[in-house]
Amino acid sequence: MKKVRKKKYELRLYIAGNTSKSVAALKNLKRYCEEHLKDQYSIEIIDLLLNPQLAEGDQILAVPTLVKKVPAPVRKIIGDLSNEEKVLVGLDIRPATVK
Amino acid sequence: MSKSTKKTPSTKVNKYLRKSLSGIAGLDEITLGGLPTARPTLVCGGPGCGKTLMAIEFIVRGALEYDEPGVIMAFEEKAEELAANVTSLGFNLDKLQKDKKVRIDYVHIDKSEIEETGEYDLDGLFIRLGHAIDSIGAKRVALDTIENLFAGLSNEGILRSEIRRLFQYLKDKGVTTIITGEKGENTLTRQGLEEYVSDCVILLEHRISNQISTRLLRVVKYRGTVHGTNEYPFLIDKDGITVLPITSLELNSVVSSEKIPSGIPTLDAMLEGDGFFRGSSVLVSGTAGTGKTSIAATFADASCKRKDRCLFLAFEESPEQIIRNMGSIGMNLREHVDNGLLKFHASRPTIHGLEMHLVEIHKIIERFKPRIVILDPITNLITIGSMSEVKSMLIRLIDFLQRKQITVLFTALNLNNNTSAQTDEGVSSLVDAWISVRDIESNGERNKGLYIMKSRGMRHSNQIREFLITDTGLELVDVYPSTEGVLIGSAREAHQLAEATGAELRSFAQSRREREVHRKKSVLEAKIATLQDEFESLQEELSRTQDEEDMKKQIMEKNRTEMINKRHLDGKSQKRVSSKQHRSKK
Repeated sequence: MKKVRKKKYELRLYIAGNTSKSVAALKNLKRYCEEHLKDQYSIEIIDLLLNPQLAEGDQILAVPTLVKKVPAPVRKIIGDLSNEEKVLVGLDIRPATVK
Repeated sequence: MSKSTKKTPSTKVNKYLRKSLSGIAGLDEITLGGLPTARPTLVCGGPGCGKTLMAIEFIVRGALEYDEPGVIMAFEEKAEELAANVTSLGFNLDKLQKDKKVRIDYVHIDKSEIEETGEYDLDGLFIRLGHAIDSIGAKRVALDTIENLFAGLSNEGILRSEIRRLFQYLKDKGVTTIITGEKGENTLTRQGLEEYVSDCVILLEHRISNQISTRLLRVVKYRGTVHGTNEYPFLIDKDGITVLPITSLELNSVVSSEKIPSGIPTLDAMLEGDGFFRGSSVLVSGTAGTGKTSIAATFADASCKRKDRCLFLAFEESPEQIIRNMGSIGMNLREHVDNGLLKFHASRPTIHGLEMHLVEIHKIIERFKPRIVILDPITNLITIGSMSEVKSMLIRLIDFLQRKQITVLFTALNLNNNTSAQTDEGVSSLVDAWISVRDIESNGERNKGLYIMKSRGMRHSNQIREFLITDTGLELVDVYPSTEGVLIGSAREAHQLAEATGAELRSFAQSRREREVHRKKSVLEAKIATLQDEFESLQEELSRTQDEEDMKKQIMEKNRTEMINKRHLDGKSQKRVSSKQHRSKK
């Protein structure tokens, strides 16, 4: 990994097979990260169909779920991540403008 | 994970619905064999009604008794919390988990941690559940409470369709599932889960009436099978859940013609001499203080002496009180208690609802296996239920006891003196024998009269007997019919005394008369003797004069003869003399 300049984002995306939602979610996530967190992030993709035992650890219910482990607090964003605003707020990249 | 939401036709094409025994006491009887195998069953009810417990017991019993491992998916409580909660029921979830019999998966949903953007589905949940099921080969699943999803996720449309899919998924997996749901305002569950669960719905309720709570269970629907439709009370105690399918639909209990004595020989005599039939129900009713408990205790005492186990359910007095009181009439109940033949179970009626009492009685009977059961008194149960409720409870109790060939004796307090038609509980038509003890007030005192109102299958006496409680036990005395009517109590005693006095006096008078006659007789006899003497002397007199006469006559005759002789002698002698003289002269 690169040297830590800023906060490092460890992201996990849980998916279940190659569904349209998973594909959309991954595509959206990559786009946001490139835009806002260039070189500050790592994305781990977990396919629950292959590793079902991992679902319990992160309390995964819905698929796809994006889990931000670091920096704290842990946040989960579920859905295909189509709403950029919500995702950025959820990842604490952008403070919620109007609460 | 397959995304197929298409409805597969029921995996089971068996002619009959297959059922899985739940292992919950009583529930399998109501459902005639358990919950539908490989289908979801919805257990719904208000807070604190025992939904979670029922779900867990279903899993645990399955794992322990039917070798069907189970998965508990908890949405409310953590695994440790669940385990702690059911430890008091003797369920060791930790051990079961270690033995891979049970798997608990806690699903944590925190709305504050979750942000929703766009489309999603619950495949994550499916995968977790599928993984849990496959890891231990589970046959049973409990989802407690899946409605919590609605609190965590806001997209209801997705949730609903996913839940529908989940149930289908469980069916396809072939696991028997219990889903719990909180009771809603006008629906069985808040989120209308009953729409998705079409096979079996069980409603639990916690009803309070007269400040006494009763837990009730009802099978709202059970597709494709007959089931008990009533509300059944259930009990949660240290053995888990016990449901009572108390109403047996048929009257086909076995009957015995064996008779068992009541402990009062004179009462047995009124009942054809041998007492009550075994397995029958006996009601002893009466006003306050007429000795109902004494009759009941005597019956218990007699049964213990025969080595029949007896269960004494006291709703009024404590066991110690009963033992002490019965000691005063010569009964040693403590001895039977110590021998384990007599068991007291005392509880205040208000401790819990009627049905709960019934459940409790059932449990005690199952454990103690008595041959005689005594309920003293049933009247107190009225305080916690209406008359019809008490009656229905007693019907079920009698039913249950008769099936087990247990003889039961109830005592009932008559609140008024009207014993003519019904007891206050209206149970007189249920019982086989009815003994009524009544106060009879006369001459400024109260006495007890006992009579047999009915005794099925027996030519019983129709007489009122006076009922006495003595130092040595109970006794029945024939009442005293007299010209003044039927007498009892001290009137009887007084009358008896009076009669005895009369008899004494009469016999005294009799003997006096007898003596008088006797005296008269001796006087007369004396008189007779005098007269006899007189007569004899007269007779003697008479005979003496006769003799004298005779003698006189004799003498006179003699004299006359002598005279005659003398005269003749004179003539002759002269001649003779002359001749003599002639001869001599010659």
